[in-house]
Amino acid sequence: MMTDLYQSQRAMRQMRQQAMQRGVVAVLDVGTSKVACLVLRFDGTGRLSEDNSIGSLAGQTGFRVIGAATTRSRGVRFGEITAMQETERAIRTALQAAQKMADIRVDHVIACFSGANPRSYGLDAQVDLDGQEVTEAEIGRVLNACDVPDYGAGREVLHAQPVNFALDNRSGLIDPRGQMGQTLAVDMHMLTVDAVAIQNLVRCVKRCDLELAGIANSAYVSGISALVEDEQELGAACIDMGGGSTGVSIFIKKHMIYADSVRMGGDHVTSDISMGLGVSTTIAERIKTFNGGVHATGADDRDMIDIGGDTGDWEHDRRTVSRAELIGIMRPRVEEILEEVRLRLDAAGFDHMPSQQIVLTGGGSQIPGLDGLASRILGQRVRLGRPLRVHGLPQSATGPGFSSAVGLALFAAHPQDEWWDFETPVDTSAVRPFRRAVRWFRENW
Amino acid sequence: MRSLTASRAPDAYRARPLSGPDATYQAVGNAKAQDDPKLRLRGDRLFRRRAGRADPAPSRLSYRLQRWMLTPGIRRGLKIGLPLGALAAAVGLFFADDARRDELSAQVSGLITAFQERPELMVKLMAIDGASSGLSDDIREVVPLDFPISSWDLDVEQIRDTITGLDPVKSASVRIRPGGILQVDVVERQPVIVWRTREGLDLLDETGAHVASIARRTERADLPLIAGEGADKHVAEALELLRTARSLGDRVRGLLRVGERRWDLVLDRNQRIMLPTERPVRALERVLAVNEVQDLLERDVAVVDMRLGSRPTIRMTEAASADWWNTKVTTGNGQ
Repeated sequence: MMTDLYQSQRAMRQMRQQAMQRGVVAVLDVGTSKVACLVLRFDGTGRLSEDNSIGSLAGQTGFRVIGAATTRSRGVRFGEITAMQETERAIRTALQAAQKMADIRVDHVIACFSGANPRSYGLDAQVDLDGQEVTEAEIGRVLNACDVPDYGAGREVLHAQPVNFALDNRSGLIDPRGQMGQTLAVDMHMLTVDAVAIQNLVRCVKRCDLELAGIANSAYVSGISALVEDEQELGAACIDMGGGSTGVSIFIKKHMIYADSVRMGGDHVTSDISMGLGVSTTIAERIKTFNGGVHATGADDRDMIDIGGDTGDWEHDRRTVSRAELIGIMRPRVEEILEEVRLRLDAAGFDHMPSQQIVLTGGGSQIPGLDGLASRILGQRVRLGRPLRVHGLPQSATGPGFSSAVGLALFAAHPQDEWWDFETPVDTSAVRPFRRAVRWFRENW
Repeated sequence: MRSLTASRAPDAYRARPLSGPDATYQAVGNAKAQDDPKLRLRGDRLFRRRAGRADPAPSRLSYRLQRWMLTPGIRRGLKIGLPLGALAAAVGLFFADDARRDELSAQVSGLITAFQERPELMVKLMAIDGASSGLSDDIREVVPLDFPISSWDLDVEQIRDTITGLDPVKSASVRIRPGGILQVDVVERQPVIVWRTREGLDLLDETGAHVASIARRTERADLPLIAGEGADKHVAEALELLRTARSLGDRVRGLLRVGERRWDLVLDRNQRIMLPTERPVRALERVLAVNEVQDLLERDVAVVDMRLGSRPTIRMTEAASADWWNTKVTTGNGQ
């Protein structure tokens, strides 16, 4: 099964390379409340400016967004596809609009989704080097030596990234190639998700006549785009508050070391409002968007909101609610989400991180006053994050709701090394018994 | 804290129509104006979304079609290939009809002839310079043109080749002079030698090219005579030999080519000098030198054989040898 995954991920990586060669690739963020699609054109122009400094776009100049579209998502709950046909139509809508804007046909898609119970595992392994130089083959060997935990049937590995290399007693190496040592050790972060979710996404993309060139976890990619470089380096948590689920990812040394998701999000706030006020979901969504908040003040008691409605019942459609009441509905749910996030962070040992920075992003983070509430629950160092600026991104797609789409674009342009990027050593199955036999003979005669 | 007046409501949510008792009250007045949006497109009805279809998703077919149309090859094909194809089809259909094709070609050729037959481009006569009257008659015969003719129809190169192909013509230049005259400048070949063959007498120029035939030797008594097969290929050598033999005056009858290999210089009194294949002029000069000192050719010698340069031989006439025999017998001091 591992080899199967290895093969499929490699095939996907190859597809991505092919797409890069062709120069056009679409990134697709399949969310619970919206499906966002960006069409990227890779022109391969310089990574860094002339004086080797990073520059205003953090070196992310290799690509350009030439098409962007969003559409209301359908058939997705908790970040997982539940109604294939509906989701397929939503993807088709977004993709067609983005293609039309880009004026080019797109064949390769890199997708991300937030749900499917992501679970993190830390793996490590150690191999003897016999004093030889570390090459890619050695890295492949040490990665292959990691003993994979039993993560359960029906789950698949989404990311498996080497986070840290150690050579003898020197730890914290990013790239040990070319160095000499006796033993090479690696720490790897592996993220598994439900296989069904991946299969559904693959099926959906296939049905749109597209080739899937990569899958990523949405918490991971929104961390890439919402955390600034220092935060990624020093350690920070990114909390992507989406519609149906809230993703949590922890970064340190520019690597994700933990990811999880809370199966609650903005849609639950909306449904609370809808139930509390007795209105339809669309009206509740509108009231939440325009009048929502989490901190009630005295003025909010007097601030009456027209609930509105289209039922035809005059009395029913003329109801009003004070803003304080609305906040009273929203706040417990938001608190619940944040408490849940707190639990996840605690479980991951976020307290022991050197830096306690927390970045809130995603469409749900736009609730006024959320940062104050979050800092009370999660810790003092909370900020609201927006995605990194990239070339050609339309103004309408620069909000925090697009941080996973933009992060996916960055991921497409500069993917981190994954386990399957390194060749497995050949002597796994066929050669090893023979070698063992040779050794046995040598020792006994 | 934001205020929550109606003006803050987004444009996307247009004011709803009134409902309840107000609606019936309003309906008496101008309910229609309330209902409709201000701006109306005329063809709006055709494009408006049908009721019950709230899905903005494109149908599978339209999605595929759009992707197809965004393919670069297809787009280029439609942009360039389709008009080209339509044009080709139109032209093909037009020319599919025989009558139309004939009509068009007739029209085109009419235009062409109308242009070619403009008076400025017509050639009215042919002027021949540098040719004798007989030759110019021949030229007119081999270049049969009925003037006036358009200069477009004249193939000057071909005319020149035809004229140069005539035997007496050494070179010719043909051009169309302003004023509609076809100017032919001819340089004639000058005969320098008479060649006698079994067929008759031919006049040759210095390159051995045939110029004319004559009936009798006396017609061109001024020219020297050569004979023998293949003699015309070596006219230059023959002329050099004759120039060398000038000192013999009118004793020289002519040169005879023997075996297509070497020359015999034939003198009167049936004398002949047999010259070698290689360097015949040197050999002739030797004979002439001997002649000058010893009057060799004045004597009763039939043949001076110079074919072997190291052993020149003389053959005497029969009378002379008989004479010599007698002398030998009388003196009696032979070998």
